[in-house]
Amino acid sequence: MTAIGMEVSGLTVELTTPRGTTRAVDGVSFTAHRGRTLALLGESGCGKSMTAQAIVGLLEPIASVTAGSVQVDGEDLLKVSRKRRRQLAGPTLSIVFQDALTALNPVLKVGTQLAEPYRIHQRMPAKRARAKAIELMRHVGIPEPESRVDSYPHQFSGGMRQRLLIAMAVALSPKVLIADEPTTALDVTVQAQILALLAQLRKEHDMAVVLITHDLAVVAEEADTVAVMYSGRIVETGPVDEVFEDPRHPYTRGLLDSVPVETERGADLSSIPGAPPDLFAIPPGCPYQARCPLVQDVCRAERPALETRAGRAVACHLAEGTAQ
Amino acid sequence: MTLLENPPEAPAPEAPDRPARANWFRMLLADPAAFVSALILLLVAFVAVFGRQLAGDSAIKGDLSLSRLAPFSLDHGWQYVLGGDLLGRSLLGRLMVATQTTMSVVVPVVLISLVIGASVGMWAGYHRGRRETVAMRIADVILSFPSLLMAVVVLYIFSPSIASIIAILAITRIPVYLRTARAESAELQTRLFVDAARTFGTPSGAIIRRHIFPIVLPTLLTVATVDFCYVMLAESSLSFLGIGVQPPDVSWGLMVAQGRDQLRTQWWLSVLPGLAIVITTVSANLLASWVRIATDPGQRWRLTVPRRRRRAAGPTVLETT
Amino acid sequence: MTDSPLLDVQGISKTFQVPKGPNGNDRLRALDRIDLTLRQGETLGLVGESGCGKSTLARTLMLLERPDQGTVRFGGVDPFALRKSELLRWRRRVQMVFQDPYASLNPRLTAAQIIAEPWHTHRDLFRTSRERAARVRELLHLVGLRPSDADRYPQEFSGGQRQRIGIARALALGPDVVICDEPVSALDLSVQAQVLNLLNELQQALSVSYLFISHDLSVVRHVADRVAVMYLGRIVETGTTDEVFENPRHPYTKALLSAAPTLRRADRERKQKILLKGELPSPLDPPSGCRFRTRCWQATELCANTPPPPTADPTTPGHTAECHHPLDTRVSAAR
Repeated sequence: MTAIGMEVSGLTVELTTPRGTTRAVDGVSFTAHRGRTLALLGESGCGKSMTAQAIVGLLEPIASVTAGSVQVDGEDLLKVSRKRRRQLAGPTLSIVFQDALTALNPVLKVGTQLAEPYRIHQRMPAKRARAKAIELMRHVGIPEPESRVDSYPHQFSGGMRQRLLIAMAVALSPKVLIADEPTTALDVTVQAQILALLAQLRKEHDMAVVLITHDLAVVAEEADTVAVMYSGRIVETGPVDEVFEDPRHPYTRGLLDSVPVETERGADLSSIPGAPPDLFAIPPGCPYQARCPLVQDVCRAERPALETRAGRAVACHLAEGTAQ
Repeated sequence: MTLLENPPEAPAPEAPDRPARANWFRMLLADPAAFVSALILLLVAFVAVFGRQLAGDSAIKGDLSLSRLAPFSLDHGWQYVLGGDLLGRSLLGRLMVATQTTMSVVVPVVLISLVIGASVGMWAGYHRGRRETVAMRIADVILSFPSLLMAVVVLYIFSPSIASIIAILAITRIPVYLRTARAESAELQTRLFVDAARTFGTPSGAIIRRHIFPIVLPTLLTVATVDFCYVMLAESSLSFLGIGVQPPDVSWGLMVAQGRDQLRTQWWLSVLPGLAIVITTVSANLLASWVRIATDPGQRWRLTVPRRRRRAAGPTVLETT
Repeated sequence: MTDSPLLDVQGISKTFQVPKGPNGNDRLRALDRIDLTLRQGETLGLVGESGCGKSTLARTLMLLERPDQGTVRFGGVDPFALRKSELLRWRRRVQMVFQDPYASLNPRLTAAQIIAEPWHTHRDLFRTSRERAARVRELLHLVGLRPSDADRYPQEFSGGQRQRIGIARALALGPDVVICDEPVSALDLSVQAQVLNLLNELQQALSVSYLFISHDLSVVRHVADRVAVMYLGRIVETGTTDEVFENPRHPYTKALLSAAPTLRRADRERKQKILLKGELPSPLDPPSGCRFRTRCWQATELCANTPPPPTADPTTPGHTAECHHPLDTRVSAAR
């Protein structure tokens, strides 16, 4: 087993809104190993992005962490002081956002922004930091970095901006990199380039990568382990190949069946009926009950716990039944 | 994925029973500030119509023995509850008469400039191109003259009547609405639902009416309430210069201006009409912000949620895009 | 399916005036001599990356843009030559489903008002408001919504339901052709399948033709009968879906197909990822000759000098690619 990069356990985030208080992330636990990619897979509103925001401490004001711990390097990120957290952001943990245009400051030259981690964390003089920034740009595959270091973010294409963002995130070779939908806004050919870059950097820096995405195919290609989220909880987790070969949770199975592959043209795709439950009206029992084809009385009464068996974990009362 | 994207997936709060969708009165009750504002504006409207009759002679004929009478005493009848002016006329009576004059200037000015400015602005913003350029240049020309100076010049040339005051003030205020309407309309016409309407072959007039006007209107109303105040003050400045409302007729602004000299000794002469201006403007403003919420189906639920819970909630998250 | 095309696009080009680019050019050629045909009841998939001109093509077909040259014919009629009432009749036959179900519905109108909106312009379709209300109910039913949904506002619906409203609105005029501009790309996977199934059912029930624009290759493969691949304002390859996906002849198509991540391990092991070098060139300054040559791994001098003519696959004539050195995957696979 490789070294543990980050261990999240029992992470719970509550949202307070005009409609009341609800758990947007409910007892999420996972372990990210160095040099490996863990994918948090789920559809919009399942809480995967909020999990990331909670880990890096960027929750919006209406959301707050009410339980759980995030262990990185023997420290609990949720307990450390603000100052310590700032010190850890960069050398220990960093994040790549989906929207590179808003994540970069539009009025600062990219060189200045790329040099910032070195200036702040390593107190590097401006000249050396700039040289490092150029080196970094070359490393993430930006052509002619010497001349482009003085450009502004809007002068770069979407793919190049995402490269810049990744460069910033890995500048101080963090132990853990969280990538929140890093390629969702990109075209397929650019997505392939960016994913290849992420994989290369993961190996070089021996980072634990947490890839947050809704795209099953990206998970299948890039991740080692997958955690499927639904309605704020992890419903199934395990090695990607095993989970995708033999999904044990009906939701995972439903998702896999919804992907238009192998189906005949014109034939109906299998789809999951309905929509995820309203966060403020999650029924007692299993949150997936209303859409599940196998639902039984026990699912309506009791919330299934995430039970582990041989590296696989499923939160379903009927997991045995679906396993064969 | 952000927070803002979550709620739409779930049915919105009013989805299960959707109470009081079109019950305007109940929505008005749900917002006490707006409700009180509405009552005040109704009172102002009532006084504007019937004030002259109600005030009777006390507003015109002075009783010099009551000159500079201090307010808040009922010794001399209800007319003198707000005191008397230099000539011993009832201040309350004068205020009531002034309401009519003020409203008969301000309301037409705001309405005329709103209608013309908004129509031209929405039209210019929707079509862009040359039409927009021409409309905006005309607006710039009007704005580039100090509006009061222009009014002074025109009113000196023509005789200062209510109609000419209204006309000149309306013209100088048109650009305010025109610019607002144009900016919003130019943004809205790039929206996908406007494109969708175009694909049905909907004529541009109908698109403006159905898709642009209802969304621009609340903004325009807010601008109008602010402008309401401005026009009142402009009118009083003109009156002060002697080219606005002509004595013995009187307006709120004129009363403020006339009472200025006695501010140290008889403060009520200018403070009370000033208060009338402030209260009316603030009421109009509060009501406008209520209208903004009540006409937006995405915000309307706020007026159906009990007030206490709304407060506790703090920042709003259910904003719809 | 009949053989004479319902929609016949010949050589349309569209140039936009834009702020000057790095090389001083301010004319952006979004569409460059596009040809396409769409037969009744058929689905034509249009694939390409952002900026390739596929949305401009959709807007041109919806008459939101006027092409600089070329002709659009629908049932033999050129819509750009039509006068008012005839133009309205034309519009009834071609309708559109938009990409973003959040932005394409006016938030201040109810579902019923949105669906009935086209009838405000096409007043002669229904005589009474009762007829209209009945038709709205029918359309709601058709797209899988409840009659009680009629009076709700868009923000009370989920993304998938909103897209159903958008589809109902597109069907309100009874079109023959529906242009679907990325109709499912804003939706979650499980909901995406529902909407794709709905589009499929509607096609079978109403025998409408779809021009299905998407960047998602797996979706296009599932829905389309034929596929056209766009790159920088040109259609670089067309053919039946199976032909294009199994034996791509244009290097760009092959790169696009290989770049798309796949779910099945077997597919992944079989195919080799082609990582294209560089970026999409600026459409303000397209490369000379073949547009793809700057990123192509087998470009030659010929590609730089001469724009490639469309060449048909000798064995399957309907499958053409604009390439000087078309790939022949069948040969290489056999080797």
